[in-house]
Amino acid sequence: MEAARRHLQELHRLIGLQTGDEKHAASATSALDVLYVLYEHVLRFDPVEPAWELRDRFLLSKGHGPMAFYAVLARQGFFPEAELERFLAWDGILGGHPDRLRVPGVEVSTGSLGHGLPMALGVAYALRAKRLTDQRVFVLTGDAELNEGTNWEAILHAGSRRLDNLTLIVVDNGSGTLQLGSLEAKLRPFGWDAETVGGRDHAALARSLRRRGSSPTAVVADLRVAT
Amino acid sequence: MSALPMRQQVARALVGRFDEDPSLALVLAEISADLFASALRRHPARAVNVGIMEQTMVGVAAGFALEGFVPVVHTIAPFLAERSLEQLKLDFGYQRLHGLFVTVGGSYDYAESGATHFAPGDVAAVASVPGMRVVVPGTGAEAVTLVNDVLDRPSLTYLRTSTAENAESRTIAPGGLQRVRDGGGATVVAVGPLLDRVLAVTADLDVSVLYATTVAPLDGPTLRAAAGADVVVVEPFHEGTLAAEVTGALTDRPVRLTSIGVGREVIHRYGTPADHDRAHGLDEAGLRERIGRVAAGSRRAA
Repeated sequence: MEAARRHLQELHRLIGLQTGDEKHAASATSALDVLYVLYEHVLRFDPVEPAWELRDRFLLSKGHGPMAFYAVLARQGFFPEAELERFLAWDGILGGHPDRLRVPGVEVSTGSLGHGLPMALGVAYALRAKRLTDQRVFVLTGDAELNEGTNWEAILHAGSRRLDNLTLIVVDNGSGTLQLGSLEAKLRPFGWDAETVGGRDHAALARSLRRRGSSPTAVVADLRVAT
Repeated sequence: MSALPMRQQVARALVGRFDEDPSLALVLAEISADLFASALRRHPARAVNVGIMEQTMVGVAAGFALEGFVPVVHTIAPFLAERSLEQLKLDFGYQRLHGLFVTVGGSYDYAESGATHFAPGDVAAVASVPGMRVVVPGTGAEAVTLVNDVLDRPSLTYLRTSTAENAESRTIAPGGLQRVRDGGGATVVAVGPLLDRVLAVTADLDVSVLYATTVAPLDGPTLRAAAGADVVVVEPFHEGTLAAEVTGALTDRPVRLTSIGVGREVIHRYGTPADHDRAHGLDEAGLRERIGRVAAGSRRAA
């Protein structure tokens, strides 16, 4: 617990290098705990060789508020901490939405909502075709992002085709104008193995993210109460 | 006419390549699933029919491309070029990924279906995507040449098949303009399936004819070498689509450009593609009149 607390403190410091603030906006930190758990306890990756073929793939579909993502990538060694100080700058590589051609460790360039999950589907198929059966694809969206119809196309398809190497993570802070109610209850009839866990509960997040069965899995990281 | 239609020849070539080349992926959205049935059956890991969801079709193709596959995508032109334009732009163009996008139903090939299935703006739309090549073959054999070129040397390419075809296939060099007839006056650039009509109506005119199957990027050096002061582009999509490509290649001289293509107004009719050609002045009578006018003006100027 103490190690986790120190690690999170460190991530907050790295976010502060980008925002210049000691207290950060919710958009900067809503996904922080999920990202910490993913990179510290779930994903297999090699920061020295970001394109390592046997890695798990993580796609940040919700490209907004990427400071926590950049902080985690820097902390894990994908690029030097000094890059964080050039956040949004002309001579930096870290922008308001991540660019895979510039930032080591970024699988896919996102920002326009509703693109990540369809691309993750294609990556999930491609891993199967390459017989990388142990590898998994994680894609992170926001709850409001799920207003975009392309997500539901992809949710319908992945559930119907039982893409069991795909995991959807929804950071649910109830930010959408159209409230979706229980996402877990909506995803299950589409053929997803969905569950809701506390968005800052590291043990529950890690356990839920590690699940793998015969269907795609969804982890709804609930931040509606705790934040 | 014993040869298969262009779309069927493309499908057969792709299925053949698909069997041989494990780096190819195929992504469909119901349309033409019958033509690719053997690929879908034999290679289910890399041949996917996503269902009726064209934006996700393009996203899935991008996922395959991210993992090193060359994805082939096929559907009806408006549902790819217009409905899924942002996926083409961001998932492929912005991320610098390769893929082959084959459409049917460009302009009004589905005349009987009406304007919901028309896409005269497809080439202008997809050509706005960074890095997109656009190829418009005039016959099935030329289409197969262009398909093989993309699969041999991967690029981001939009291939527009057509129900109208020229009577004979030419030996085309992908990327290049081909000089078909040398003359003294105006230079006529005929795109894909419109070549036969252009040759028919210019048989008695002193004009040069260039044949374009790759329209973006356009072969500037060949155009510069062939063109005089009058250039006519005969294009089977929105009139003016290639104007910037042509004038951009000819900035070293004053040029009078006449674009002849599909008009912007929506025609609320069905019928056949030939009926729509006539309505837009792309039949022989319409082309004879408009090209003839330029040729006459060009003669007077000389």
